[in-house]
Parts: sequence; C-alpha cells; structure tokens
Amino acid sequence: MYQYDQYDQDMVDARVAEFADQVKRSLTGDITEDQFKPLRLKNGLYLQLHAYMLRVAVPYGTLSSTQMRMFAHIARTYDRDYGHFTTRQNIQYNWIKLEDTPAILADLASVEMHAIQTSGNCIRNTSSDQYAGAAADEVIDPRPWAELIRQWSSFHPEFDNLPRKFKIAVIASDTDRAAMRLHDIGIKLVRNDVGEVGAQFYVGGGMGRTPMVAPLIRDFVPIDDFISYAEACLRVYNRYGRRDNKYKARIKILVHELGKDEYTRQVEEEFKAIKSLNLDPPAAELTRISAMFADPAFESGLSDELDRTDPDFALWLDTNTHPHKVPGYAIANISLKPVGGIPGDASSAQMDVMADLAERYSFDECRVTHAQNIVLPHVKKADLYTLWKALDDAGLGAANLDKISDIIACPGLDYCSLANARSIPVAQKIASRFAVNGKEAELGELKLKISGCINACGHHHAGHIGILGVDKKGVENYQLLLGGSGAEDASLGKITGPGFDEDGVVDAVETVTDVYLAQREEGERFLDTYRRIGMNPFKEALYG
Amino acid sequence: MKLLTGNDLKTGLVTWWTGRDWSLHIEDAADVGDQGEPILHAEEGAQRVTAAYIIEGTMTDKGPRPAHIKDRVRALGPTVRPDLTLKPADPDAGNWVI
Repeated sequence: MYQYDQYDQDMVDARVAEFADQVKRSLTGDITEDQFKPLRLKNGLYLQLHAYMLRVAVPYGTLSSTQMRMFAHIARTYDRDYGHFTTRQNIQYNWIKLEDTPAILADLASVEMHAIQTSGNCIRNTSSDQYAGAAADEVIDPRPWAELIRQWSSFHPEFDNLPRKFKIAVIASDTDRAAMRLHDIGIKLVRNDVGEVGAQFYVGGGMGRTPMVAPLIRDFVPIDDFISYAEACLRVYNRYGRRDNKYKARIKILVHELGKDEYTRQVEEEFKAIKSLNLDPPAAELTRISAMFADPAFESGLSDELDRTDPDFALWLDTNTHPHKVPGYAIANISLKPVGGIPGDASSAQMDVMADLAERYSFDECRVTHAQNIVLPHVKKADLYTLWKALDDAGLGAANLDKISDIIACPGLDYCSLANARSIPVAQKIASRFAVNGKEAELGELKLKISGCINACGHHHAGHIGILGVDKKGVENYQLLLGGSGAEDASLGKITGPGFDEDGVVDAVETVTDVYLAQREEGERFLDTYRRIGMNPFKEALYG
Repeated sequence: MKLLTGNDLKTGLVTWWTGRDWSLHIEDAADVGDQGEPILHAEEGAQRVTAAYIIEGTMTDKGPRPAHIKDRVRALGPTVRPDLTLKPADPDAGNWVI
C-alpha cells in the first residue's frame, strides 16, 4: 500500500482546512455560487440531480481495510447508508450536504485519502490493474509506477489547467484488465530482450462522444525516463490541445488531427528538450516507493487442493477467482452485481463486511475494479470457502464475473445531471431476464456495458454488447452496439441500427445472444463470433 | 405552466418555488408565468438556492408535472431506489416519472 509521508499529509490537511473556509464563506454568503462552484469542484464536490455528490479518489483502485471502513462510516454518517463504486475505480456518495463536506474530507484525510483532482481539467486519479502485485502474468508490479504518477501529478502546477480532463492507466500484463488503451495515456510496463523494464506509451485513447483506441507512440521508454516521457506527452497536449471547443479538447482529438507520427515527433522533440531538467526521481525514491508495495508475508508450501462438493461454491470458485502468482493463494472477486441490484452500489454494512474479510483473509487489502467490483487480491485457497460463505451471507456472493449480468452501468438519469436516459433499470432488467431464462452460464464471457449519455461513463463503446441511452423527443431510447472491447484486443462497438425503448432493448439483447448461441463455433466468446460473422446476422435478427 | 426549481444551497436537495418560498415537494410549486426571470434574479441574490432554472410543466390532478423526464426524476428521487424518494410508500410513484 502507498503511505503518505509528512509532505503528503500536510498537503491534504491544508487542503481540507482551505476548503472548510471556502464552504463557510459560501454558506454565509461571503462568496457567490459562481465563485464557489470551481472551488468545490476542485475538491470533488459536484451538484447532481438530487443533491451534492462527492467523488473520492481511490489511488489506482487500492484500498486498505481501514480505508474501506472509513467509506462505510461516511456512507452511514453523512450519506444514505451506501456508496457507488465507479468505472474509474473511485467511490461516489450521492446525498452529501455541503456543510458536512469539511468533516468528510477531514475523515478521509485521517486515512490518507482525499477527493482532490476528481474533477476539473487536470490529471485525474490514475487507474491500474486490480490484480496488480497478485497476478501470475504480470512482468512487474505496476503500482509503484502508478504511485509515482500520483505523486508527480498531484498539484502539478503546469497541468492544473489542461485543455480538458486527463486520465492515465498503468498495467504490466499482456492481459489488459484496466481498459488501458481507452485512456488519454495508457502505459504498459514491459521487459526488453535483455530483461530491462521499460514502458510502452499509448496516447490518445478515450470514450465519450468521439471514442478512439490509443495508438502506440513509443514501444520502449527506459524506466528511468518514465516521468520525463509522460511530461513530454502532456506538454505537447497542453500547448496544442483545443481550448476553443470543449468537445474537441481531449488529447485524442489532437493526436488524431496531428496524426500519430507528427504528435510522436513533437513528443520526442519535447522529451529531448526536457531531459536536462532531471524530472525523473532518483533511484532511491523509486526504491522507497517500491518498498511500500513489497509482497505481504505469503506462506509457502500451501496446497492448491479445494473441496468443490458444494456446487454453489464451485460455481463461484470457477467464475469469481483468478490464479495468483503464489501457489496456494487465489485472487477473489466480489461481485457488486447481484441480480436486480444496482451495479457498483454497496451498503455501509457490506463495506464493513468487505473490510473485515480483507483484514482477515487478504493481508488487509482490497481493490476497486473499473468493472465496479471489489477484489481481495491475496486469499489462501484454504480460506476461500469460508470467505465465500461470509460474502454470500452479506449479499455479496454473486457468481457472475465477466458474465452478462456483471454489467457496467453509469448512474444514468436516476442520479446524473448530464444523463439523457436511465441506465440502472436497463441493467436490472437484463440481469433479471438472463437469471430467469438460465442462459448466463451458457453464454460464457460477455461484457455488457451501459451509458446513460454520450459521455460514456458506462463504457458502452467497449462492451461486447454496449447500450447507449439517448433522449428521443423527451423519451428514453436505447441504441445497441456490438463488438467493443476494453481488453488487450481493444475495439469500439458499432451501432446495430435504430434504437429501442427500455423493454425493447432488453429483448434486443436476448435476440443478439440467441444469434451468438446459434452461430458460435467451438470455444468462441460472443465477441469472437461477432468478429467472425460480422454485424449482418445480428441486424437481420433484430430488424428483419 | 412554468415552474422554478433549483437545489438548496446547504443540502443540495431539489427544491421548488412556491410563490413565496422554496419547498422540497413539487406539489407546492407555483406557476411563475412570465415572472420566472425576476424571481430567479432575486433568489440568486438571497443565496439560499443554487443552480436555479425555469422549466415547462403541466397541471394535473396530482399537481404540477414537469414536461421533461429529468425534472420528474428530480422531483421524485431515483426511480431505482423507491425508499430514497419523497414518496417511499407509494408503489405507483415511479409511474408518474415515466
């Protein structure tokens, strides 16, 4: 886990005190709402449909039990007893009172957390692989570099007023579990032929109204130049990104308009120019940071044997656990997608349960995933049955990871002031439909993602099946997309044709899955079949 | 009819102009007619309500109903959490939104 040093703690504490004063001045009328709005947004406090919403950063999705318990405390004390885990590995509270925010931020600061840079045109919370430090397939633990980015980007004076918001992801496996190429900068740590660690830089990806998969601009940045190269990428963007048009201001537009080669040329030129500034940290600092992420005290010689006699446990085991790098351990995924539930929501009681279980069974650690689930990264296989029973008792035992009911959904029109249509009811209806018709297991891996507007917080472009809610003359309407992926085979979904009403889109999803079941070949996922047979068979089934 | 709505500065909760004051309940909302802008201007100065704006609505047998679904969701609460709406005991409340 990362640990604040005194500098970090002082910086966050000072911000809490500053914001407390700003809140006080707003409540007493000393500053107007126009003056206060940018200040509250700098502290992650939005005004949404029903109330203020506070977005709290979870650095690269990593949480201690203490921090998860603090989330539960905030939900119970200041909100309506729940929180919403987001597609950027953060948590949002939907019913915050302005006058409570200084106390909430002080509580967060007491456990080394904050809501800084969760809004605005700055570098947002870095995202990463939820299996970091645990997965058998990673070349190196990406968290020290994610932490380095956190330290570099926090209050970075040059990048506090970028043309638009900026999102970075860091992974270190061939399997992309962080939608890396759909970020403004996606970084993949790799080893070269002689075993040295370096970074592949993908720049200019993103979703929103103009989705793009980031192209590779440098296939090996020596790790000692990691921050300098990121700085160069940002500097070119900061200089030439479109500030005249909000909808063309993201770096993906700049990279697209300049062309990958010209953008890369400018980055390389900038990189050469800033090399002498010694922006990269000394080796000792990286060693200090890396020590925070040392392996916990894994036991050796543990058995991989498991008792699979309970069929429900066996199903959960097969669906929700992932191989760990250490024999006798597993990575356990906690689904926040019970059938009929709200994707990503957890009650304060559930957060306390997850904190307790992380403390007892996972070296005090849990992770938030971009798919709105929680991970316990280091669980002894011998503890999995007890863990699963406890999760099931708390309504957290759904065995549906990467299945059709493991739906990513933004808050949609039920909560979000930007949304055009509701996302959550559609997710609930689809999950319920497939629970009743019993096809979920037969369908296998199928990633369904729903957004309530073009901003694509629900990652609909990257869904094997994507759904986009739109406003059609004041009525909710849903476009269906097929063929997207946020994984290592990243691609953008294509719209099938005219949209559907709420019930119609649920029927449409079943129709396209029926086409898949009828046409699939041995071992094919939905996405594979779509890529092989193309859109036409699906369109014919949907529209005749 | 025209309705004036915003969010309470302290709590952020959705609020409706009643003709004299603000209410959390849309049933209390008044038709502001062509007086919306002056009221809005005066209330901005009072700094009790933030992000206020004027919307279209119709008068029904259940009271004022905003023309756009977004404002109907605002008026009731999240349709997916009836327990958190202003009418947790009314099983038909969600139908009013749709």
